[in-house]
Amino acid sequence: MMQEKNWGTNAINTWCPGCGNFAILNSIKSVLKSLVADNILAENIVLVSGIGCGAKIVDYINANSVYSIHGRVLPVAEGIKLANPQMKVIGLAGDGDTYGEGMEHLVFAAKRNIDITMIVHNNRVYGLTTGQYTPTSPLGYKGRSTPQGSKETPINPLEIMLASGASFISRGTSTTMELLKKLMREAIMHKGFALVDILQVCVTFFNMYEYYNKNVYELAGHDPADYGKAMQRIREWNYSNTDAKIPLGVFYKKEIPTFEEYYLHLGKETERSQKIHKILENTI
Amino acid sequence: MNEISVLIAGKAGYGIDKSGSIIASLFNHLGYRIYIYRDYPSLIRGGHTFSIIRASGQKISTHRNNVDFLLALNQDTIDFHKQRLKDNSIIIYDSDSVKLPSFPVEIQSFGIPVAKILKTENAADIMRNTCIIGAFCKAAGIGKDIMEKVIKKSMAKETELNTKIAVKGFDETGVSKQIDVIAQVSLPIITGNEAISLGLIKGGLQAYISYPMTPCSGILHFLAEMAEEFSLKVVHPENEISVMLMALGFSYMGEKVAVGTSGGGFCLMTEGFSFSGMAELPVVVIVGQRPGPSTGLPTYTGQTELHFVLNAGQGEFCRFVVAPGDAEEAYYWSGISMNIAQKYQTPAIILSDKTLSEGASSFDIAQTGPVDDEKGFLWDRKGEYKRYLNSETGISQLAFPPDKDVVIKVNSYEHDESGITAEEAGVTNKMLEKRMRKEAYLSSELEDYKTVNVAGNRDSPTGVVCWGSNKGVVFEAAANLGLRAIHPVVLWPFPRKQFQDALNGITKLVCVENNATGQLAKLISQLGYKVDHTMLRYDGRPFSLDELEEKLRMEI
Repeated sequence: MMQEKNWGTNAINTWCPGCGNFAILNSIKSVLKSLVADNILAENIVLVSGIGCGAKIVDYINANSVYSIHGRVLPVAEGIKLANPQMKVIGLAGDGDTYGEGMEHLVFAAKRNIDITMIVHNNRVYGLTTGQYTPTSPLGYKGRSTPQGSKETPINPLEIMLASGASFISRGTSTTMELLKKLMREAIMHKGFALVDILQVCVTFFNMYEYYNKNVYELAGHDPADYGKAMQRIREWNYSNTDAKIPLGVFYKKEIPTFEEYYLHLGKETERSQKIHKILENTI
Repeated sequence: MNEISVLIAGKAGYGIDKSGSIIASLFNHLGYRIYIYRDYPSLIRGGHTFSIIRASGQKISTHRNNVDFLLALNQDTIDFHKQRLKDNSIIIYDSDSVKLPSFPVEIQSFGIPVAKILKTENAADIMRNTCIIGAFCKAAGIGKDIMEKVIKKSMAKETELNTKIAVKGFDETGVSKQIDVIAQVSLPIITGNEAISLGLIKGGLQAYISYPMTPCSGILHFLAEMAEEFSLKVVHPENEISVMLMALGFSYMGEKVAVGTSGGGFCLMTEGFSFSGMAELPVVVIVGQRPGPSTGLPTYTGQTELHFVLNAGQGEFCRFVVAPGDAEEAYYWSGISMNIAQKYQTPAIILSDKTLSEGASSFDIAQTGPVDDEKGFLWDRKGEYKRYLNSETGISQLAFPPDKDVVIKVNSYEHDESGITAEEAGVTNKMLEKRMRKEAYLSSELEDYKTVNVAGNRDSPTGVVCWGSNKGVVFEAAANLGLRAIHPVVLWPFPRKQFQDALNGITKLVCVENNATGQLAKLISQLGYKVDHTMLRYDGRPFSLDELEEKLRMEI
């Protein structure tokens, strides 16, 4: 019997007490454990994070990781996946990181349908830089860069993902851990680009605990293969703080060809010297 | 005669590039060494584009302003280039579309009714090139057999008709010069971009990531064509930010990777470049220079990014910067850069420019040097693995996922030896010093390489120092004028010892550069060398041999 892997590290956790990130950390650790129990090799897992409170998560998990830079989780993750398509590549970053600085990368990763899972710690506020508005903050949000209230309506990232070609789109919250674990696992096992948007509570700068608890509900009887229905359900709540109900679960799921497949046929190649000489000869 | 220059010009879309290659190939078959200068504006159709094909008995990497043959497919060619004509130049022109002004009687001209010939043969307009090349062959005394051989090899489409049109042009013309045959083997003719690409491949390239940008798009196109042949993963992502970060993803997995761009694209890459320095992820970056600021002159040349690449990226970290001077150096140093990046786990920059990247020349692989696919310091699998283990050289052993025995963590934050974020003063000092030690180690290893070229009259007390693609023009001018030419290939870590040796006995130092501020002059001045004079050109055009010789003559 193999000794069970220790998924923790010696790093000291620096999140605020009560932070929604703890639920995400515990969920992902539990999911990784279950994956390894199901014979997925631990060494085939790579976590990629960006910069922000949520991104610290890679310091706390004893797994291969790239603690990357703000907004750039996805290109790093894509490079890893293309280098070795056997890897399970999981991106973890906040909403400012993924939907602000990194939006172009997100759209293109979805467009390519590369087999990567992107987990977004969406607390709808910049925590580490002390409370400014993000792309998913509601109109009128008062932060230190918008003391009179934000003048922008939020984007609905799931709508953008569906339009961009993502083949797995889901939403969970840091307050419903069992559902969150289920979504994370399903997203990681999905072959194609998968997004898990997590409505996460920031106890210090934007505590939406009660609002989420009051308004969320789990999708039932929804057919995730239906693009039109998926769009309808995604549009039920638009990240404004209205009293609209907030659906959780898998909105869309489809098996379509993935980007890394196009590179699979390239084998190991040798004899470069001879080939170079032949190429040169052809130019004479 | 053992040196000839030919200028062919027309509108973009006329096939001027292709014609330049055919003319080069003709000379190549006669045993000549070739250099092609390409000049074109930033547009798809129209404008004025030209190539100067220079052929010589010796290796050359520069063009002359004056030409022996002017091949004119339109009126602009005559109007724009007539000042390049010498007493004994020959004009071959399309008499159906070009009106010649009166030239001195020494200048011979042959008018060919190109349009009429094409019409009679029911040939497409693009074949006007073939017709004028046929006429040029006759005028230059190049045999019909060689002409037919080259046309057949170069023209995959409509080969028969092209040959027929060339023969028609040939027959319409008289002989005015007899170009000698030189008894030496023909060499391949490749662009600087192709030389860089082949060097990267030889150095073990596995992935190339790039967003198109002149003058480096040629590398992307060439490697994309070669992807199957060499099992390369060639990716063109959404922007240069993604290019650099995607490359670092490959690098983390142990694949040898390069990216290519120009100054503007490199601006976007700098945050990832700095990440490479901190996380110690190897990457080779090709920066092809062109005039800025901003969009500047996209299809022209410049040497304006030396200080940019020396200082790019926030923070202080080890880097390697090399500026090859010709196709052979481009091949060799591109391969070496792949291995240096891997060994020192640091970014390596190959500084090219439009002149080197898009200029084509004869390429002699025997004049390069050995390039292998080196893997760097791999984990010896002894003891506990730490990605950033402190060491005497600053280099830590490499392991790559998936490895069942270790967890590999890399980090953009300051970090401890395991790759976990650390903000303590002691750890910060230790890790920063570890990374900087790599540069000192690299600097000492570089003493085993030829990092500074010296040419011309080595005893002359007057030195002409240059870098990058100015090597060809400066070396040839210095040889003709009896001056000492000095060309540092490696620019960082700066090869102080070899540079000092190269300067031995110098009393006057002139620095030749394609920029407005004298960037190399500034760098070597900072290192304590006195530059007496800078000779700068910053209009986007490279120095030509005749122009530089005249300037140097006036200065000395």
